[in-house]
Amino acid sequence: MKIRLIYSFLTLFFICYVTNAYSIDTNGHSTADHKKFKILQSPLLTGPEVTKACLSCHTEAAKQVHKTIHWQWQFTHPDTKQLLGKKNVINSFCGSIVSNYSHCTSCHVGYGWKDADFDFTKEENVDCLVCHDTTGTYEKFPDDAGHPTYEDKSYRGIVFKAPDLNYVAQNIGKTSRKTCGACHFFGGGGNGVKHGDLDSSLTEPDKDLDVHMDVDGLNFTCATCHTTDNHDVQGSRYTTVAKDTHGIDIPGRDDNSRATCESCHGMKPHLRTVNNKINDHTDKIACQTCHIPEYARGEVMTQTDWDWSQASKNSPMGEFEWDEELSPEYAWYAGNIHFTLLNEKIDPTKPVKINYFSGSYDDPNARIWPFKVMRGRQAYDKKNNTLVTTHVFGKDKAAYLQSFNWNDSIKAAMDSIGADYSGEYGFVDSTLMYWPLSHMIAPKEDALGCEDCHSKDGKLQNLTGFYMPGRDNNIWLDRIGWLIVLSTLAGILLHGLGRIVFTTKRRLK
Amino acid sequence: MAKVIMYKGFERLWHWLQAGLMIFMLITGFEIHGTINWLGFETAIDVHIILAWSLIGLWTFAIFWHLVTGEWKQYIPSSFEHILAMVRYYTIDIFLGNKHPFQKTTLKKHNPLQRMAYLSLHLFISPTIWISGGFLYLFYTLREFLGLELISFGTVALIHTAAAFALLTFLIAHLYLAITTSKKPFGYVKAMITGYEDEE
Repeated sequence: MKIRLIYSFLTLFFICYVTNAYSIDTNGHSTADHKKFKILQSPLLTGPEVTKACLSCHTEAAKQVHKTIHWQWQFTHPDTKQLLGKKNVINSFCGSIVSNYSHCTSCHVGYGWKDADFDFTKEENVDCLVCHDTTGTYEKFPDDAGHPTYEDKSYRGIVFKAPDLNYVAQNIGKTSRKTCGACHFFGGGGNGVKHGDLDSSLTEPDKDLDVHMDVDGLNFTCATCHTTDNHDVQGSRYTTVAKDTHGIDIPGRDDNSRATCESCHGMKPHLRTVNNKINDHTDKIACQTCHIPEYARGEVMTQTDWDWSQASKNSPMGEFEWDEELSPEYAWYAGNIHFTLLNEKIDPTKPVKINYFSGSYDDPNARIWPFKVMRGRQAYDKKNNTLVTTHVFGKDKAAYLQSFNWNDSIKAAMDSIGADYSGEYGFVDSTLMYWPLSHMIAPKEDALGCEDCHSKDGKLQNLTGFYMPGRDNNIWLDRIGWLIVLSTLAGILLHGLGRIVFTTKRRLK
Repeated sequence: MAKVIMYKGFERLWHWLQAGLMIFMLITGFEIHGTINWLGFETAIDVHIILAWSLIGLWTFAIFWHLVTGEWKQYIPSSFEHILAMVRYYTIDIFLGNKHPFQKTTLKKHNPLQRMAYLSLHLFISPTIWISGGFLYLFYTLREFLGLELISFGTVALIHTAAAFALLTFLIAHLYLAITTSKKPFGYVKAMITGYEDEE
């Protein structure tokens, strides 16, 4: 009896210990207690002061950040050579950062980008805290060019408390869903506005919302997949790896990026089934297509339409449409996103694609991807037939939200970058902006099934250039086929009837 | 007239298994094609695949059996006159109650039209179905390996569908003739079940 009891205890101990040892601790344990650093104990009054303190030990950190897109907001696309990044692109939300710096750069990983003259070489301008805060008390002020507020201050009725920078700095840690989300969940000016697959519901998601980030399960942070080296974060919407044929990446040997599903799951991730089609389909269908059956699933709505043409004093930002639990739209996508920049002519009579990409069934690098398609109406140059930048935010008269005069707003923004504006604007009837979806991966039971696409009015009914069983048929082959079958049936019926008639006749004789 | 074993054990087993497999493959095939909705797309595919492998297995045995027993000779085409005689029988004589032009023996089980029909089934319809079906099934995994990227999936699917229509047509005609043209209704069906039939 005693032995059995000891044995049970040992088993229990073993289970507890082993399970504990293997449980995932995403925070890790640092070898440094930042509370003990003298430099972080002396008063830190501004963001740049904190950064200077950080750099006194982390000597290379700012230099590393300076090289990244998080800092530069500029990116030359390796294939199209287009100069992209927030510094250059126009979107269908607030338009462009041009002339709106102080507002937009409240999400810049730096301090003080309030106009085009911002010094990108200054190391203390890097904001370490916005990514590395663990206290949840550090927040950038909405229109202070990336600074937090240094005294309690309100913005549009919301009070922002000045953070205790010493407290924040002493509790520094790894990035988290909350720190990344502070900007990426709120892009476009509000919770869930832009992406549709990124919003505050992913701060503490359950398994139904995202199997990897599930707080009670794997509890992935953003950086678990978006791995970093030299502060450079992997994964890009501009150069999406639409198909990662490299498959599983082995640490120490491979490219050190976990930003594709295939980096961990490979190209044949499913248990073999009779048809085994899901493992074959990986060549043409992105994982996200089946595994994100719907987006905006976390009870946070995403914006689906922004009509700037309806903006006025009474409705300063125009009209919005919001929705949630949305079915994605699908397209062939080879990963190269191209933006309609200021130097590109548009046809305003047709839906104007704010961004577009290549891809087709025949393109070996393309797969079917799910997208959130943002729709809207926005200003363009009526004579030059180009999109325009708009000066929306600011305290000057030209800012649209001050005087509600589009012409002044466009002129101010275009002048500020030396772009040509004819002086006559109109509104593009409809703009489309494509947002490839990669987050909110649902549990496998909720993934799309075969019939969702392999049916007459399935989810892929708009995709062309290939034959899909269950959806496609050659109408003439089917007509002729059934005609032959039915004729044969009619033939045997007549033949049989004829035999009965003749036999009966003979018998009556 | 004597009662003889017209259809041997294996022959009957082969016939009925093939019939069942083909009928269910037609049903599941037309479900995959989007014509009917019964098992659901994925189950229909799974069943179609399992039945296809079963039929391949059965065919392997059947081909072996035909070769070693010499039964393959039953499908050698008859002369054109003989075929015409059968056409005449089915279009005229059968209504008038005239005699069947050929006698059925264990060495000549099939009338000239039957021979031609079965030979077409074995040499044209079935191979078309097998090759196109096998191609569809293995297309994804083997197309690069085999250098088949130039042949479109859609074209192969159309060929497969056309062959399925041909098979369905064959089945309808075969059922009609097999069930109704024996001396007593279902006589041939009974013979195919028991194996025994009167040799004429």
